[in-house]
Amino acid sequence: MTQKNRLTGGLIDHTKPLEFKFDGKSYQGYEGDTLASALLANDVRLMGRSFKYHRPRGPLTAGSEEPNAIIELRTGNRQEPNTRATTAELYDGLTANSQNRWPSLRRDFMAINDRFSQFFAAGFYYKTFMWPAAFWEKVYEPIIRKAAGLGSLSMEADPDAYDKGFLHCDLLIIGAGPAGLSAALTAGRAGARVILSEEDYICGGRLNSETNALDDMSGAEWALQTLAELQSLPNVRIMTRTTVIGAYDHGIYGAVERVSDHMAVPADGAPRQTLWRIYSKQALLCAGSTERPIAFENNDRPGIMLGGAVRSYVNRWAATPAQEIAIFTNNDDGHRTAADLTAKGVKVSAIIDTRTDAPTSEHATVLAGAKVKDSLGRLGVKQLSVELADGSIRNVSCEAVAVSGGWNPNVHMTCHQRGRPTWHENISAFVPGPDGPPGLSVAGSAAGIMSTHGALTSGAKSAVSALKSIGIKAKAIRTPKAEDAPVNLQPYWYVKGGNGRAWLDQQNDVTVKDVKLAHQENFRSVEHLKRYTTLGMATDQGKTSNMGGLAIMAELAGKSIPEVGTTIFRPPYTPTSMGVLGGRAVGKDFHPTRKTPSHFWAEEQGAVFVEVGNWLRAQWFPKAGETHWRQSVDREVLATRKSVGVCDVTTLGKVDVQGTDAAEFLNKIYCNGFAKLAVGKTRYGLMLREDGIAMDDGTAGRLAEDHFVVTTTTANAVSVYRHMEFCRQCLWPDMDVQLISTTESWAQYAVAGPNSRKLLEKIVDSEFDISNEAFPFMACGEVTVCGGLRARLFRISFSGELAYEIAVPTRYGDAMIRKLMEAGKEFDVVPYGTEALGVMRIEKGHAAGNELNGTTTALNLGMGRMVSKKKDSIGSILSERVGLNEDDALMQVGFKPVDNKEPVIAGSHLMAKTGEVNAKTDQGYITSAAYSPILESSIGIGFLKDGGNRKGEILRAVNPLKNQTVLVEVVSAHFVDPEGERLRA
Amino acid sequence: MIINHPILGPRDAQEFTYLGDASLINRPDWQADDAAKQFYDYQYLRDNPAGEHRELWFHEQGDRSWLVVTRNTVTHEISKVELASDVARKEGRSK
Repeated sequence: MTQKNRLTGGLIDHTKPLEFKFDGKSYQGYEGDTLASALLANDVRLMGRSFKYHRPRGPLTAGSEEPNAIIELRTGNRQEPNTRATTAELYDGLTANSQNRWPSLRRDFMAINDRFSQFFAAGFYYKTFMWPAAFWEKVYEPIIRKAAGLGSLSMEADPDAYDKGFLHCDLLIIGAGPAGLSAALTAGRAGARVILSEEDYICGGRLNSETNALDDMSGAEWALQTLAELQSLPNVRIMTRTTVIGAYDHGIYGAVERVSDHMAVPADGAPRQTLWRIYSKQALLCAGSTERPIAFENNDRPGIMLGGAVRSYVNRWAATPAQEIAIFTNNDDGHRTAADLTAKGVKVSAIIDTRTDAPTSEHATVLAGAKVKDSLGRLGVKQLSVELADGSIRNVSCEAVAVSGGWNPNVHMTCHQRGRPTWHENISAFVPGPDGPPGLSVAGSAAGIMSTHGALTSGAKSAVSALKSIGIKAKAIRTPKAEDAPVNLQPYWYVKGGNGRAWLDQQNDVTVKDVKLAHQENFRSVEHLKRYTTLGMATDQGKTSNMGGLAIMAELAGKSIPEVGTTIFRPPYTPTSMGVLGGRAVGKDFHPTRKTPSHFWAEEQGAVFVEVGNWLRAQWFPKAGETHWRQSVDREVLATRKSVGVCDVTTLGKVDVQGTDAAEFLNKIYCNGFAKLAVGKTRYGLMLREDGIAMDDGTAGRLAEDHFVVTTTTANAVSVYRHMEFCRQCLWPDMDVQLISTTESWAQYAVAGPNSRKLLEKIVDSEFDISNEAFPFMACGEVTVCGGLRARLFRISFSGELAYEIAVPTRYGDAMIRKLMEAGKEFDVVPYGTEALGVMRIEKGHAAGNELNGTTTALNLGMGRMVSKKKDSIGSILSERVGLNEDDALMQVGFKPVDNKEPVIAGSHLMAKTGEVNAKTDQGYITSAAYSPILESSIGIGFLKDGGNRKGEILRAVNPLKNQTVLVEVVSAHFVDPEGERLRA
Repeated sequence: MIINHPILGPRDAQEFTYLGDASLINRPDWQADDAAKQFYDYQYLRDNPAGEHRELWFHEQGDRSWLVVTRNTVTHEISKVELASDVARKEGRSK
């Protein structure tokens, strides 16, 4: 295996060969290579096909700004689409495939698109796929999606973990090039807590790609030496393979560390990537700059690259893109490229310099005032057609072209909080504006300081002043002697004339013509230009293309570039995987699962569970032979109503309210009165929102003069507690009352049915009299159970039966449920789940979440008279609003099907027996429905206009979703024991 | 964002729940002659300034304090953080 284009030297380890595969073919590279550099060394320039026209493409850059060399990395469940070959580190056994081509990269059937390019110009979607509308989803979209697009997903679950982490520092330095390293050393020596983040896998930035000396060392050697000192400082954390992706409020930065992307499989226990949230007191942006191309016809052929990238490949990776390279430049950088190539023994065919006063070169012929008109070559550049200063055409042969159009400072982070960059005439580029994020300063070429010497000194100086602002004294390091050449550039954006296509955004296939078309069709604002042409909207976010588009739009509009302005830079700086944003919150870990203390007992009973918020609650307990959930639920209901059943109600919210003003406090938060509730009694309470709508309901038991236990619904436990704290702290701050949520402190069980007292008498210690006389309906009290265990007993009923709720400290919950079941054996006790609970509460006509649905008032719920007018309570004033109190207001009533074989469906709307069915004739709706095994009929409760006065009326319950209409009779919502005799028994 | 809790020091905004305008502290007198109108205004009418805004945040995953945070809605700069109970007392609320 030969690496035809491999040179000597560079920052790769020639003693450590690595095998890899691209599109099924085996190659060899070295440790330190990227996939792109290794492919170039193997004389492979064709690495991808473009998005729209499927044009053959090779790498344009050597970094994360790459638009073209986008590949699928790895295979199977670790396959990662749209990975930049220019940043993918080579490892042994790496497998990559090209994407967006069929059947192969060299012969791509869809390249036919290129022939029809006139149909695919800017805005073609809007113009072409207009009609018929029925084709949008079924015909056009599938075709477009298949034809366009990038890599494919593996459709398998990602086996790797992603982490989130938190870091704190005095100074965050973003980028470890000359400016960043010099800043880090300055701050590190001063003892400041420093985080130095670097996107690359080695530090040094351009120092690794250029041949300029620092003192008597190469740039790379100086970077290594500096890094060694930084590594010896315990106060400095160096994070390579880490991209800062966004600047957020108050000095918080997001960063993605690619912990394991350079390996086939992460090390044991290591995540693939980590999302860091970095809290910094000060931050320094040393993100460098990105080179920009000059557009000319067919400037997208593989081999046509940026000059800086060519120097990177040759100097850092010892891989030349070709044996003969032409240079196209508008500044002195092109000449630097020529010198470096010549030094490496690579032939430079010509330096095509747009400047008429271009300097001469000892390395190659300089064609001053010339420009590249066109390129030739299939699957790679072979020849350039160059227009000389005198207008004549000369053909220049080459297998690669190094294009230098100047450098754009990477201002992105300074714009993440709506800062706008300002135009810097000397370097013809945007530099960070004065309105960047507070605490963020900028140094080096990111600040428009383009020389190595300038970067080193500005890094050190900026670190000193950033630290000074937080009270840390630092001394700038001595700057090594380094290149300090001025920028000598003549702006040149694109070569005019000709009828072909000159590419700006290579990833999204946007050409100079497209920008002209956008201008012609009046999409002239930069934001419109972007969206109409898709310029800069690909995964490279236009890092190499936006400036060219802006410059051309400015020229067409007769404005200056700063007048045209830039689009807004938003996080993330580079594409970020969804996996790392999700972190560990995947699948079952997306939210925590809460289990009650009797969960494992319920599991043993074979319970079927249902998610209620984060809680898992037993829904029913199937017995052997039961094949349908209704059989289990009916049995649980009948057994409870006949003898006794037990249900875990631990998930209900519980709030302990204590203090001398506790009663008065409850009086404020419940619409009904609580001040006079006797000790040892429980009362139903309805909470309203301030706007008069019902918020939540529950019970409050008074255990002592100054001690209440409030219960809330399961769903609202958190929000009601929050509301109560708001009332206590913000509205009545001087009340002597303290609140604490005790939802998780007590395990609580409902024991319901005619034999519930008998069962509990076996549990509650005998010194506590729980006879009907001593412990009547709505009594509550502190008792002991099972020989001394403290417990709370409430005689309350949701089922309508004689019923209690007994609470024990959480850690006794499992023992308690087992004890209850054992003691209840002689009464044939059954456990029942949330379904049976629901059936029984509907039979009793008790409102629950379906009725307290955020639109209903106390009046709607049939509790209008409960709202006390004699006191101040939340919601009482606005509940009196006229609109909420009309004569035909919705009232909660019950419904029974006329034919008891028919179902009542929750959600059905109520319409008159005959006549039209529409929103105008709507009379109300059914909120809850169930099959009542006692009544042997489906039943429902819901809201009906003026429902209280319409008992006996026959209506249609209409369910348009299922095209179902059932005749129902309006009845009392209290289907079972309307007089409440059972619960008082 | 970072909220400088008056008792606990700087805490990440993720620990808090946001409610809204701190004018919610000024709940009207239920016995006022125009209580209905006052409550209507209290419930529904709010300023929505581009700039300094006093707002209520609840330290739900912390010490359960309600705070009044003075925050610039344009820059997110936080200039003042107070305990809501202190603010409420200052504004004349008691029990």
